[in-house]
Amino acid sequence: MKILVPVKRVIDYNVKPRVKADGTGVDLANVKMSMNPFDEIAVEEALRIKEAGKAEEVVAVSVGPAKAQETLRTALAMGADRAILIETDETVEPLAVAKLLAKVAAEENPGLILLGKQAIDDDSNQTGQMLAALLGWGQATFANTVSVEGDSVTVAREIDGGLQTVKLNTPAIVTTDLRLNEPRYASLPNIMKAKKKPLDTKTPGDYGVDIAPRLTTLKVTEPPVRSAGIKVADVDALVGKLKEMGVGA
Amino acid sequence: MKTLVWVEHDNAVMKDATLAVVTAAGKLGEVHALVAGSGCGAVAEQVAKVAGVATVHVADDASLEHGLAENVAPLVAKLMESHDAFLAPATTTGKNIAPRVAALLDVMQISDILSVEGPKTFTRPIYAGNAIATVESSDAKLVITVRGTAFDKAATEGGSAAIEAVGGASDAGLSTFLSAEIAKSERPELTSAKIIVSGGRALGSGEKFEEVITPLADKLGAGIGASRAAVDAGYVPNDYQVGQTGKIVAPEVYVAVGISGAIQHLAGMKDSKTIIAINKDEDAPIFQVADIGLVADLFTAVPELTGKL
Repeated sequence: MKILVPVKRVIDYNVKPRVKADGTGVDLANVKMSMNPFDEIAVEEALRIKEAGKAEEVVAVSVGPAKAQETLRTALAMGADRAILIETDETVEPLAVAKLLAKVAAEENPGLILLGKQAIDDDSNQTGQMLAALLGWGQATFANTVSVEGDSVTVAREIDGGLQTVKLNTPAIVTTDLRLNEPRYASLPNIMKAKKKPLDTKTPGDYGVDIAPRLTTLKVTEPPVRSAGIKVADVDALVGKLKEMGVGA
Repeated sequence: MKTLVWVEHDNAVMKDATLAVVTAAGKLGEVHALVAGSGCGAVAEQVAKVAGVATVHVADDASLEHGLAENVAPLVAKLMESHDAFLAPATTTGKNIAPRVAALLDVMQISDILSVEGPKTFTRPIYAGNAIATVESSDAKLVITVRGTAFDKAATEGGSAAIEAVGGASDAGLSTFLSAEIAKSERPELTSAKIIVSGGRALGSGEKFEEVITPLADKLGAGIGASRAAVDAGYVPNDYQVGQTGKIVAPEVYVAVGISGAIQHLAGMKDSKTIIAINKDEDAPIFQVADIGLVADLFTAVPELTGKL
């Protein structure tokens, strides 16, 4: 079985994003970018499945600007076998990404596609589910545990209130939640080796997919600022404040 | 505009998350509701009484019992031939189903909306709530998930909607439900609790979490939440997590105990009406959003607070 892992280059999760003064978006100039944390978990899971002898090849794919190559090299350094970059400088929405990935899936015939549950920039949480719909495959979102057995995959999903376990026929789509695993760090020798691994560059046009956005962003603003609070000296003062609010009275 | 609201339920009781979606849908037009499940007639009757709902469509079939997206999405897509918008709560169920529906309809979904600004214009948070985007859709049909805490809940009485059966459900044969482990709790559900007491890594262990946080929550009749650090350290189960990757809450009062206030945590709670922080580090970022802060060791301050309430 082959596993396909889509990865996205996003603002590093430790950076506090700044809204541009003209309200057109978030300022990404000179900001540290990294692989989306949920995608690192997806790469890690794919590698563990391969290391368990249940997959032969792990292919990383990204849709984005030329610099998304760095994100793919990170995936290769972690242990992915090869990579595909679908290069574009346009904003690509989840629906368009899903359509591009569906074309890649048709060429590559993976048994499993592992995606992050959401990207921490647009916070959409859509691409995996859309891809599953376009391919007509089963989906297991928010995966907490994944086990591949023959031509099926059993996934425990994190749902509100607890866990739900489902079994999917392969090929299937799985999206990762935070607690699925702890991603490995790429070692220096592996980073060097990753530079020699194959990385194909394509364009959306190669796949005949229209990536025109369906949503127009009219403006981006700062969230409302909370007014400054007070600090109380001791527990008695806090109890007083709570009672004023009618809490615990 | 005719809207279709996804009703969240467990085949016996409608979940509260549905009510905020009814309010959001009402801002767009006539509200229709879909109850999809197995043996879910009682739920349909509850929904029919919700103020503002015109029609309840009921799809009752064994294949819909566990809300598997593969079986539900084609049913919703079919109903969308006669509706203009599909709205679901931004719960794990809604997030699982709605994008699958959107792709079947070839439209872009608008996730986790905070407000309705016009018939096709909405606001939504991006970058963990550090920015708010106003977006306009050019699609013919809308697929939307709704942030429950951003809309008032519709009244559960006063409506008298017609109930109509919907046929055509079937098992897509792609997935099988095996089991569910639902954490049992007598406490108010986190996303609808009026007061939440939340603990972080500073608690040090599951025993200490239980010993310090639980009595205070009991005293206040509060729900219990946690930071990702406390969940990852195994002090409490996953579904306690408040934040960008956990639950989004907006209670009247949020008490953050031993939580530093990383941006991913703030994304889940900074719309709370009053935020109270207890932390021994006076430079912790949580104090920048807290209305009332107490710089103190939580192991002495919290039991003292519990005792004095």
